[in-house]
Amino acid sequence: MVTAMRKGILLGLAWVATILLAACGTTAPSSGEPAKSLILATTTSTQDSGLLDELLPVFTRESGWQVKTVAVGSGAAIELGRRGEADVLLVHSPAAEEKFVAEGGAGQRRLVMHNDFVLVGPPDDPAKIKGASSTDALKKVADAKAVFVSRGDESGTHSKEKDLWSKAGVTPGGNWYQSTGQGMGETLRVASEKGGYTLSDRATYLAQRDTLELEVLSEGDPGLLNVYHVIEMTTKAGDKVQPDGAKAFADWLVAEPAQRLIGEFGRAKYGQPLFTPDAGADESKLGL
Amino acid sequence: MDVLFDGLAGAVALLLSGDEESWSIIALTLRISLTATAIALLIGVPLGAVVALTRFPGRRVVLAAANTGMGMPPVVVGLFVTVLLWRSGPLGGLGLLYTPSAMVIAQGAIATPIVVALVAAALQQVDPDFLVQMRALGATPARALAALLGEARLPLLAGAMAAFGAVVSEVGAAQMVGGNLAGQTRVLTTAAVLATSRGEFPLAIAFGLILLLLAFGVNLALTLIQQRRVVPR
Repeated sequence: MVTAMRKGILLGLAWVATILLAACGTTAPSSGEPAKSLILATTTSTQDSGLLDELLPVFTRESGWQVKTVAVGSGAAIELGRRGEADVLLVHSPAAEEKFVAEGGAGQRRLVMHNDFVLVGPPDDPAKIKGASSTDALKKVADAKAVFVSRGDESGTHSKEKDLWSKAGVTPGGNWYQSTGQGMGETLRVASEKGGYTLSDRATYLAQRDTLELEVLSEGDPGLLNVYHVIEMTTKAGDKVQPDGAKAFADWLVAEPAQRLIGEFGRAKYGQPLFTPDAGADESKLGL
Repeated sequence: MDVLFDGLAGAVALLLSGDEESWSIIALTLRISLTATAIALLIGVPLGAVVALTRFPGRRVVLAAANTGMGMPPVVVGLFVTVLLWRSGPLGGLGLLYTPSAMVIAQGAIATPIVVALVAAALQQVDPDFLVQMRALGATPARALAALLGEARLPLLAGAMAAFGAVVSEVGAAQMVGGNLAGQTRVLTTAAVLATSRGEFPLAIAFGLILLLLAFGVNLALTLIQQRRVVPR
């Protein structure tokens, strides 16, 4: 009986191994796929706005590099870079980026584009923030204890929001301050359903405006710029990082054809471009 | 309400239009979840049979672990598999993260405990004298086991359906280990989540309805097999 069982187990194992091999066969990449692939860690705004869908196929066609996009908050994207789990980052959290680059694992960091943040809220504007500067607006929201929905996910938008609260001299907390821990799309939706205020990048807001009960109430001050940089990772972050892929992507992104695509993106659909290309511009002009 | 009708219309339109992207998402969903279910069956049926039919130290612990595993949150499985498959992780050298294979591994891990627990429960229900009789009639252990599995095929197929249902509908692990890459690892659930976060609700509902239809189709096929020889007398 014991030998029979042992035989049975061996048979079972052989069976599993065969199937695993077969499964790997069926899930192997199809033959037409480019062999080179790199991992881009980026923010939810570049994916939710649809910009990457526009850019990446062109890059793949021109360079032969296939791009695997991991769309997370800027905080998580930087963490993936730090661990060597991504080859190149496209992020918008300048203060955190500078600290990260100073650590030494990252290579070149270059300006790509900007758009701006807007404070959006319900059309009836219970805290009366319309037209106020961003910091005054936040003070009013806190004074009125009007619902404010925060990303709460250490994304670039969340760090910008925390930055604005501290400039406004308010420590937000209490029932009126709600944290979703989710991406921009979901957070806008929560704010819309709860009749609350939130800070959003303009691109994501415009892309979803039709389905939201939210209006832009405060915009345009220099503190609200949303600046994206591309950061190449190096093998100092991890020995499997592909600096050549990172360089190919970053070089392509700041070159003229891609910059033109960025500048055109959204113009047809929303009547205005969602991002302003900035490659090679002086950082100080953007208040950095 | 309009959005529900738009979603329904969208689902029909997507299916009829032969939109290549949607069809490839559907095909990938089926391929990944069926492969994961098959692997779970291949590992889970023998394991469940051993747990049900033999006595060994720690047997009840294995059974309790399998029962716990039935309720394991996919996102937790996804997190473990992601860390294992990271470039810096123990299996990083395979380069599997953000590929369909990674999704099969994660979904297989989700489905296996379900199969083990249900197979063990099913086989323990069969009359314990059955195996003894089969052996007495001169059947080899393998033959006897095959006959036993045939005897328990109703609950076994129910196990297969439960496993498939669990993996085809989960989004946490698929998102984390697959990355929802367009044309590579985007399945119906992650496509529905992306469409939702983009505010494209009719499209999200369309994907949801197609997912339901798909699950129904697979379960219908399995149910037909299950009930094939169950004829009312």
